[in-house]
Amino acid sequence: MIRLETPLGDNVLKLHAGDRVLLSGIIYTCRDEAHLKIQKDGFPFDPKGAVIYHCGPVVDEEQKKIVAAGPTTSARMNDLTKPMLDAGVRALIGKGGMSAAVRDELRGRAVYFAFTGGCAALAASRMELIGCHYPELGMAESIWEIRLTDLPVVVGIDAHGGDLFSR
Amino acid sequence: MDSLYKRLASAVEMAIRQAETVLPPDVEEALHSAYKKETSVIARGEFENIFANLEVAKEKNVPICQDTGILVIYLTIPETVPVTTKLYDAVTEGIRLATKSVPLRPNAVDPLTRKNSGDNTGSGLPAIHIIPGDKLRVTVFPKGAGSENMSQIKMMLPSEVGKIPEFVTSVVKDAGSRPCPPVIVGVGIGGTFDMAASFAKEALLSPINTMTSFEMNICNKINKLGIGAMGLGGDTTCLAVKIKEGACHTASLPVAVNIQCWCSRRGIVEVEV
Repeated sequence: MIRLETPLGDNVLKLHAGDRVLLSGIIYTCRDEAHLKIQKDGFPFDPKGAVIYHCGPVVDEEQKKIVAAGPTTSARMNDLTKPMLDAGVRALIGKGGMSAAVRDELRGRAVYFAFTGGCAALAASRMELIGCHYPELGMAESIWEIRLTDLPVVVGIDAHGGDLFSR
Repeated sequence: MDSLYKRLASAVEMAIRQAETVLPPDVEEALHSAYKKETSVIARGEFENIFANLEVAKEKNVPICQDTGILVIYLTIPETVPVTTKLYDAVTEGIRLATKSVPLRPNAVDPLTRKNSGDNTGSGLPAIHIIPGDKLRVTVFPKGAGSENMSQIKMMLPSEVGKIPEFVTSVVKDAGSRPCPPVIVGVGIGGTFDMAASFAKEALLSPINTMTSFEMNICNKINKLGIGAMGLGGDTTCLAVKIKEGACHTASLPVAVNIQCWCSRRGIVEVEV
């Protein structure tokens, strides 16, 4: 098992599809609406080396706690991903893989981590809520800033064109 | 609110909590037997995450999946309980209570403006299906979007009965990794356009530890696709196929396929009348 800590850098280039990774550090949830909002109004965080999580969590806003936070279907973000990578995002976490176009856009700069769909309680048990950006998008679509400790992910698409989903 | 309706509202809330936090035993067993047979190392890792996740959800009494779904409700009603708006309101109230207490993710939006109601209710939601029965019983079926979005319906030709397994398999193939496999496949055959879809969803409510030979045959075909757990490749793509049929027009053959992710949740609570 490989251990990685965000922000990420050229260390992602050493990863290969199928590698199992324990990921720690700050990540940002971004679904459809957050991608569109960023394209319109800019990043509310530094995208350099950042990790984006395709996820709309259940958040206990009174207790400021992440209750459940598994991945959503990444393919919905296929056409929205290039600007994120161009801005310096180094990894995406999601489920189900992404298009051949995204596989090419990842080449030489970033990776796609697959985390098990539906495993929301497990994910939340490895998370600490740090803050919220663009709260007007609502619970599922806001950008939640989260500190991760040892999330067990698999490299689904690497930075060399390796892709576990394309068979 | 009258006491019966209060009891119904809290039964709905309880059934939702049960559905969201603990997987039915037949589903958990099916996952374990798939894990035992799995030969792909990566797929085995996915099953291990699933089992660890079920433990955490049970222990902490939190939702298994963050997509707590759209809540589909089935009510059996004895003859002593009148079907009135109060009944519908009580179910809706139960959903509002559960949204806060479980808690659930607010998932219900206006289809065009995409404005979120914030409490999982809305115009026409919850969908409440009423069936006559001997007891007042609530069945909650939370349906997540990942698998729901991959469902299809086809008005087949009466001469195409033999092609049903091929159609069902093609729907699962098209869905690929997106519906969180290993999936359970609900198939509705017959009825009208809308009934076939209802049959497909109702089929998903029956226990998955038994299959007819027709269902088993389709299940085996699907597992030959090799999509595997989470689409990462593997031996089990489908845990079970469940079929529900109804009579249809002599010139029709509606076939609906409703896909369900591995997290096949249901909660059932009886209400004292």
